[in-house]
Amino acid sequence: MNAAAPVIDVVGLTKVFGRKTVVDHLDMQVGRGEIYGFLGPNGSGKTTFIRMLCGLLRPDDGSGTCLGFDVRTQADHIKPQVGYMSQKFSLYEDLSVRENLDFIARMYGVADRAKATARTIERMRLGRFRDQLAGTLSGGWKQRLALAACMIHEPKLLLLDEPTAGVDPMARRDFWDAVHRLAGEGITALISTHYMDEAERCHRLAYIAYGHLLARGTVAEIVAGEGLATYEITGPELYSLMERLRALPGVEQVVAFGLTLHVSGRDAAALAGSLEPLAVAPYGVTRIPSNLEEVFISLMRKAVS
Amino acid sequence: MVVKEFRQMRRDRVTFGMMVGIPLLQLILFGYAINSDPKHLPTAILDNDRSIFSRDVAMAMQNSLYFDFTRTVASEAEADALLRLGRIQFVLTIPPHFGRDLIRGDRPALLLEADATDPSATSNAVSAIRQAALTACNRDLTGPLAALRAGDGPVDLRLHARYNPEAVTQYNIVPGLMGVVLTMTLVIITSLAITRERERGTMENLLITPVRPVEVLVGKILPYIVVGYLQMILIVLAAKLLFKVPFLGSLPLLFTVSFPFIAANLGVGITFSTVARNQLQAVQMSFFFFLPSILLSGFMFPFRGMPEWAQWVGSALPLTHFLRVVRGIVLKGNGFWDIAPSLWPICLFLVVSVGIGLLRYRQTLD
Repeated sequence: MNAAAPVIDVVGLTKVFGRKTVVDHLDMQVGRGEIYGFLGPNGSGKTTFIRMLCGLLRPDDGSGTCLGFDVRTQADHIKPQVGYMSQKFSLYEDLSVRENLDFIARMYGVADRAKATARTIERMRLGRFRDQLAGTLSGGWKQRLALAACMIHEPKLLLLDEPTAGVDPMARRDFWDAVHRLAGEGITALISTHYMDEAERCHRLAYIAYGHLLARGTVAEIVAGEGLATYEITGPELYSLMERLRALPGVEQVVAFGLTLHVSGRDAAALAGSLEPLAVAPYGVTRIPSNLEEVFISLMRKAVS
Repeated sequence: MVVKEFRQMRRDRVTFGMMVGIPLLQLILFGYAINSDPKHLPTAILDNDRSIFSRDVAMAMQNSLYFDFTRTVASEAEADALLRLGRIQFVLTIPPHFGRDLIRGDRPALLLEADATDPSATSNAVSAIRQAALTACNRDLTGPLAALRAGDGPVDLRLHARYNPEAVTQYNIVPGLMGVVLTMTLVIITSLAITRERERGTMENLLITPVRPVEVLVGKILPYIVVGYLQMILIVLAAKLLFKVPFLGSLPLLFTVSFPFIAANLGVGITFSTVARNQLQAVQMSFFFFLPSILLSGFMFPFRGMPEWAQWVGSALPLTHFLRVVRGIVLKGNGFWDIAPSLWPICLFLVVSVGIGLLRYRQTLD
């Protein structure tokens, strides 16, 4: 595989469960060493898409390659080079940290298991829990163990399905530092998440809903692409203002943000016009840059209608 | 609460099916299949007399319904072989000059040898023959011969309970228990094996690794083969030390031929575990398999006492054949070629059960 070729290169990938099309002709290209964020509401097909990439599910339509191998026919070649972390903790709760890692290393046929296990334990700072049963670890450490397990065989591609769900901010930061370190070593990562701050730590993003791709690119590209204008409103008793704001022309979203309201809409002129009469004391109206969440909600609303 | 339980019950089709299926199965098995008073037992006759009297005795036995003369043998050796292989339950030997001696009042001996490994299968038949022989002779001994009816009776009826002369039930049950214990524990344990992986989500992690289905299945089965052998050792020790069961055959042979049986049970368990959606279903399926195994195999009730359809079902279960193997080796001193006819059905079952398991095992989460 040459270095410039994309690690993931799929076109029209589709999966149908019963009568429901969960992933509908999705394309994706991810380059080497890239951290690719994968976002979308619950049930949007993220997990299904990731599973199709590594051979856990067979695509019903579409084609493409993962690490240079055909996703439809060469799962046997893809699996040894992929580190996959499922949403649900899927290691053995009745085995210790070391035993779990040793087992996974054995399954991948890692040459020097003892060394690989020791190195992984050190890299993920799991030394303290070496001989503790995985079932007794707290959520964050379980996630860390799972991440350790999916890296023990030195994969070229990490497919991480909501790896930080339910993990505290400190552990999440550690996790992302680790991912960036790995990316620096040339390891590619496709990471699904619901956290906007995590999305912003990715090199590039894809946003999907109901099996369709809604947007992709860098954070700045996606925000710019949606052309959303956002105003911050300050003042007393903002809650009672919300309903009134929603009825105004040009207003598409009204979100309470602590002591302020964020009001967004794609038609910047109409929005400015609607908000102008409000900008009198004690209220304050300021134009602010739209954040990713507002952009995604806007994207999703569009997809629904 | 009650409404919720019923709702969940309705959703879980397999459990629901089992709740109806198990009572139904029990009803059929206990109601129709089981019979503790077996009749029409296959009997060989070695008639060295060939007189009207010998034929009458045989006829009277047949009329008692307990005996079916399925074979006529020419020598004692032939009769012995049939008995050892379990093809027949009884051998009736009529001595030369039986008729002449009967008329003379010499009380000729009538020898009935029984395969008494299962005492309950033969006891009723044994008591029936006394009556049958008496009736037959009395009918023939008329007129001046009627006087011979008096005293100890006209014939000297000798019974030979082979293989288990004291009719100790334990001798039959304990070796059989080996098969039952293996069936019960191994099927349940392995039926949980893959189901548990799926239920706990660890299956996903297993599927993503490059291991092949055969490796997974073999890896799942091997540890339990060791467990199976440990169980066997325990039962053999108990049989010898606690129950003093006589071991006529070769122990190494017994352990060797147990291998396909142990593996066959594990194959069944694995197959169940690829079908069951949760651990409860897996246990229920195991029970569904275990029930006919224990009732129709000849472990609790004589195999030959069951109606033909039940014998067919029983013949499809590996335990039925394994019981013949174990009892043959332990109580009859059977060698390899004696038990071979019971061994190949077990091997066939093994191939089928593991084959289905492999076919059903999915490499994807589809």
